[in-house]
Amino acid sequence: MRLITAVIKPFKLDDVKAALEAFGVHGLTVSEASGYGRQAGHTEVYRGAEYQVDLVPKLRLEVVCDDDDVDDLIDAIASAARTGKIGDGKVWSVPVETVVRVRTGERGIAAL
Amino acid sequence: MPSSAAINAGDTAWVLISAALVMLMVPGLALFYGGMVRVKSALNMLMMSVTCLAVVTVVWVLYGYSLAFGPDAGGVIGTLRDVGFAGIGTDAVTGSVPTLAFAAFQLMFAAITAALLSGSIADRAKFGSWIVFVIAWVTVVYFPVAHWVFDPSGWIAAHLHALDLAGGTVVEINSGASGLALAIVLGPRLGFKRDPMRPHSVPLVVLGGGLLWFGWFGFNAGSALASGGLASVAFINTQVAGAAGVLGWLGVERRRDKHATTLGAVSGAVAGLVGITPACGSVNPLGALVIGLLAGVAAAYAVGLKFRLGYDDSLDVAGVHGVGGLVGTVLIGVLATAAVTGHARGLLYGGGFDQLGRQTLAAVVVGAYAFAMSWLIAKGVDRFLGFRVTRDDELAGLDLIVHGETAYDIAGHTAGVGRRIGQSVAAGHGVASQSSAKIRP
Repeated sequence: MRLITAVIKPFKLDDVKAALEAFGVHGLTVSEASGYGRQAGHTEVYRGAEYQVDLVPKLRLEVVCDDDDVDDLIDAIASAARTGKIGDGKVWSVPVETVVRVRTGERGIAAL
Repeated sequence: MPSSAAINAGDTAWVLISAALVMLMVPGLALFYGGMVRVKSALNMLMMSVTCLAVVTVVWVLYGYSLAFGPDAGGVIGTLRDVGFAGIGTDAVTGSVPTLAFAAFQLMFAAITAALLSGSIADRAKFGSWIVFVIAWVTVVYFPVAHWVFDPSGWIAAHLHALDLAGGTVVEINSGASGLALAIVLGPRLGFKRDPMRPHSVPLVVLGGGLLWFGWFGFNAGSALASGGLASVAFINTQVAGAAGVLGWLGVERRRDKHATTLGAVSGAVAGLVGITPACGSVNPLGALVIGLLAGVAAAYAVGLKFRLGYDDSLDVAGVHGVGGLVGTVLIGVLATAAVTGHARGLLYGGGFDQLGRQTLAAVVVGAYAFAMSWLIAKGVDRFLGFRVTRDDELAGLDLIVHGETAYDIAGHTAGVGRRIGQSVAAGHGVASQSSAKIRP
């Protein structure tokens, strides 16, 4: 199994969620995140004082999937989240040892 | 200054309502300021205003009213005959309203003016020292200046004949100059000019600014101390200048910063309202338009000075109230019209430079007195009590350190985690371990 983590622009959540559903993924964890990459923040101005805001708001998506699906899912997420402009985010995956469904105690693929 | 004239019911109703309107400006100011600071000291900012309402009220009843409006001593200050409102009953009259209504109205002015100063020392003042400063400041600075201008026997009102209906000198220039002195004595916030100190909630600033604008109708039109033509011209001038201030400030921002901001709109409104405060009973609505616009433009430029000159007037008390008050007070000398004042005329209406000179002198004297005395009081408080929190406390934020509270629990998952370790009132059985403040079982 693999854990796919994606950091995306917040307004792209619906597109990515639709792409995952079309793929047959039935679970997703979303959390608010902030960070910077090549986009390197933005400026805001308050009473004439200009501030460089380094950390940009993003969403972090996490989904666990079967090894066989990982490349296709990463492609689906990346293409749904893409605007072509700087700051579109990253998608990556890592191996997962164990997954347990809390309600039933099922383990492994059956718990996804 | 009680006299024996008859009480007018309409005037009394308007002055009492106006007093309540000005009272609302204190929590309005608290929110206006509170939204502008960082989240870690937001409650402390609110508390500095709220405590002014409490502390100044107590001082006012004990001796403040008497110092400001008791029997005159040389045009400089009131005497102590009216301490504790002694002898002022329900039949005592000031103008055409009960003296107690006038005293209630003027009390709110003292409270809001003291609260205004807090904006210059956001995020770094010791709370107890602030309260001590406020008591000393209203006693030494506010009460005498209010006597000079608002009491008919005060030297600015009776001898200089400078016009100031609602306190361009007493409230605005006074708070601006005093705030500047405070900011200089306390020194800049840690990270000033280096760290981003973004307002944590601009919507709160809009809410507070809206309450200020609403209360300002009582502040300005109520200063007529009667419900007639003077109150009406002051009322419409207030609205016009606030509106013009918004446009003036936004115009500067659009040109200088490329963005017309929400914070700029509210700041411009306050600058325009400040500008018209002295002049609301001296100019016509077109004059109010000019004053509001110029106050908005001047303040929008003035707020940038602190970064260049290196003093941290954190929320621009001097930049907005000092500068706006100066613009309005001085421009009376240009734009005052006999159609409104009844006699005095400004430069533009054939009055020559006479009134302009009187206005300028009043502005300079009040500004200089306020700055010097506030600097001395602040130095004294700093010397004997310490006026500034420790470096670690400032970095951690005053809310948790000073007040034992935090402003927000928006995430929702922090309140339910942890446990209660004490209670200060009886409410069922407490948590046994580490109970630190249980009074009854």
